[in-house]
Amino acid sequence: MTLDAKIPSGPIEKKWDAHRFNMKLVNPANKRKYTIIVVGTGLAGASAAASLAELGYNVISLCYHESPRRAHSIAAQGGINAPKNYTNDGDSIYRLFYDTVKGGDYRAREANVYRLAQVSGNVIDQCVAQGVPFGREYGGMLDNRSFGGAQVSRTFYARGQTGQQLLLGAYSALSRQINTGKVKYYARRDMLDVIIADGQARGIIARNMVTGELETYLGNAVVLATGGYGNVFYLSTNAKASNATAIWRAYKRGAVFANPCFTQIHPTCIPQSGDFQSKLTLMSESLRNDGRIWVPKKKGDTRNPADIPEEERDYYLERLYPSFGNLVPRDVASRRAKEMCDKGFGVGSTKLAVYLDFADAIKRTGKETIAEKYGNLFDMYHEITAEDPYTTPMRIYPAVHYTMGGLWVDYNLMSNVPGLYVIGEANFSDHGANRLGASALMQGLADGYFILPYTIGDYLATSQFKAVADGHPAVAEAKGATQERIARLLAVKGKRTPDDFHKALGHIMWNKVGMGRNKKGLEEAIQQIAALREEFWKDVNVIGAAGDLNGELERAARIADFLELGELLARDAHHREESCGGHFREEYQTDEGEAQRNDKKFSYVAAWEHTGDGKEPKLHKEPLEFEYVKPSQRSYK
Amino acid sequence: MNFTLKIWRQKNRTDKGKLVTYAVSNIPPDASFLEVLDVLNGDLVRKGEEPVAFDHDCREGICGSCGIMIEGRAHGPNRKAATCELRMRSFPDGDTLTVEPWRARPFPVIKDLVVDRSAFDRIMQAGGYVSVKTGQAPDANAIPVPKHHAEEAMDAAACIGCGACVATCPNGSAMLFVAAKVSQLALLPQGHAERKERVERMLAQMDAEGFGSCSNTYACEAECPKQVSVQHIARLNREFVRATAL
Repeated sequence: MTLDAKIPSGPIEKKWDAHRFNMKLVNPANKRKYTIIVVGTGLAGASAAASLAELGYNVISLCYHESPRRAHSIAAQGGINAPKNYTNDGDSIYRLFYDTVKGGDYRAREANVYRLAQVSGNVIDQCVAQGVPFGREYGGMLDNRSFGGAQVSRTFYARGQTGQQLLLGAYSALSRQINTGKVKYYARRDMLDVIIADGQARGIIARNMVTGELETYLGNAVVLATGGYGNVFYLSTNAKASNATAIWRAYKRGAVFANPCFTQIHPTCIPQSGDFQSKLTLMSESLRNDGRIWVPKKKGDTRNPADIPEEERDYYLERLYPSFGNLVPRDVASRRAKEMCDKGFGVGSTKLAVYLDFADAIKRTGKETIAEKYGNLFDMYHEITAEDPYTTPMRIYPAVHYTMGGLWVDYNLMSNVPGLYVIGEANFSDHGANRLGASALMQGLADGYFILPYTIGDYLATSQFKAVADGHPAVAEAKGATQERIARLLAVKGKRTPDDFHKALGHIMWNKVGMGRNKKGLEEAIQQIAALREEFWKDVNVIGAAGDLNGELERAARIADFLELGELLARDAHHREESCGGHFREEYQTDEGEAQRNDKKFSYVAAWEHTGDGKEPKLHKEPLEFEYVKPSQRSYK
Repeated sequence: MNFTLKIWRQKNRTDKGKLVTYAVSNIPPDASFLEVLDVLNGDLVRKGEEPVAFDHDCREGICGSCGIMIEGRAHGPNRKAATCELRMRSFPDGDTLTVEPWRARPFPVIKDLVVDRSAFDRIMQAGGYVSVKTGQAPDANAIPVPKHHAEEAMDAAACIGCGACVATCPNGSAMLFVAAKVSQLALLPQGHAERKERVERMLAQMDAEGFGSCSNTYACEAECPKQVSVQHIARLNREFVRATAL
């Protein structure tokens, strides 16, 4: 298999325009002859489904939530980037492109990133027109703020609920198309397999989560907009139901999985407080614009933060990175927090936390200004910890937040399986080895509103489609395999709950495949995950029936997939003998403790092909070429 | 901490349902209410009993999935918090808590604490949008929006669609939910072209779904986890009069 990224030729700023012209179009009258299945209704899925329906295609939209508005994009807090240069501070498409390639530690495709920067301005226009209430200045113009990793103010925001407002915008566009009948929408459907007939993705098998019935949905193309796989770590900032099943089933049907080890650990989350805990809560990184991060200079200092005088505090990010200070990119901030705690400078009862202090900002700008900017985040922190961040510094610690890896896609966002498109966090995307703040919302909406609707037309216009109906052998095979799998889960009747296994997996992942990774630990992890998986299939207890609303069955099926994906993640981390972005191999660091890339050996996308259960996956490499942004040691000093 | 939970168990839409009493023990005060249900469900599964079904997802108060009546209060006793944000330190140790699903005719129970809130989606589909296709938008700064309008629109748009307003309203009215969207889009110039049709269609759908009428008890505002103000209902009424009487 050779992976052809299909990057258009020509200068980078002309590639997308030229490509749009060169792609075949579907005649307006013919669009209604095609049906596109869009799985997921987050930013990418809802925007894609709405835009495709507006173009005239028939769209089938499904999600496992009760409503499209519940998708986890809703929880994104901080903002969305676009190089509008409304602040006149020197921003440009090229600068956003440059920052994103550099921020991704030179492991992303230049052409994709440039296009993302190009269309991101249109995304803002679209959202404003939908009635997204972005923050504004007194003159009525849109306000921008600076956001982790950027030295210009290019981030648009709606208080601390930007993801919610953007999702509700996309949801409103989708709702409008459901009303016109161009979108057929199905709630509470869990995609459990993809149907590949005659070499093309032609449909999916989904479980009706209320009746338990397995349903078949058929069309001319399938779009997966099913999010990331951060929950493989059990504790993460992801929603409880976020899972990898859709992309994992596609992987097992032949789609290759790219850079699974590129996971993002977000620096500012509320620390874990006990074993009962079911998830971690993010505190937007925008807080780092005003908060100062510090630990006591003395190891094991148990004094109240207020009693530690200024000269006994170590504002370590400001000390190590004078030019970026507290605004260094996420991977750097996370790693340094871990390092401080590992060395014994951590604070709080678990000693796995650092302070994020607003005292100076409150002194400088007043409590009201801080409340206006971050009020809802401070309230949330107070609700969870019972501490008041206006008077005592927040305690924060890194947590798994986002996955840069995902299914491999070409420039058209199509996987190596013809007709199978992957958008948003589910694809391996444009973020390389580290995503910059406020870039996920940008990418999800860019994919859905402005990229996929064009590229999918070219595929439809240039492909032949044989009739595929319910009786097709590929449909029967996929349905049979899904049925068999559910029956197998229910038949184990062991002693441990699915959640028990999930927690055990998370424990292995976090300790050995988390913020710091090394050869020995990864080898142990690969073995331990395999053993845990074996144990799962012997001893899991999935209660209830297949033909009923059954949360345990849903969870068990997802955990079974995480138990396979976790191993692939560890394998990818093991093979990548370098540090880059969120992937930190302890053996490969500079004298100053920064990530040390090995561009000679690893300047490629690692795409893994499934070769059968129990067999080692096969590695394919897509070389990365940097014509415009020359790789260098990232420096934020 | 230890608690006695009296939880509504209902097999499916047609089952009559009943309260079943469970005991949970050794709960840390920092645990959230949903984590207590996790603990209980773990115990039930180990005993071979069916766990309690409940909707939940983000567990940080923004997705709007969770919605549970605790001691007759939507999302429990705390203001400004969804069920998932509620911590057990809010209750006295040893308390007995009655745990029920949202009760409203347009929200039929699917199982245990899970209800069907798709009526909200249908109200949105009737008109809760600006009809702008992808690609039609002018530059984002082409139309200035006064800051106080944008802020007030944001106050309304903060609605998470959880349905606490309906569950708590003696009339089972969805006025606060509908008003939040109508008011948001009435405050923004982008929403003006369709303001007449929007308010008429959304209200007609609200009635068709069987939600009750508003009689200004303000219970919705009190229980709204995002504190959406009843002033938006006043604006909705103005929009409706403007659409029908003028």
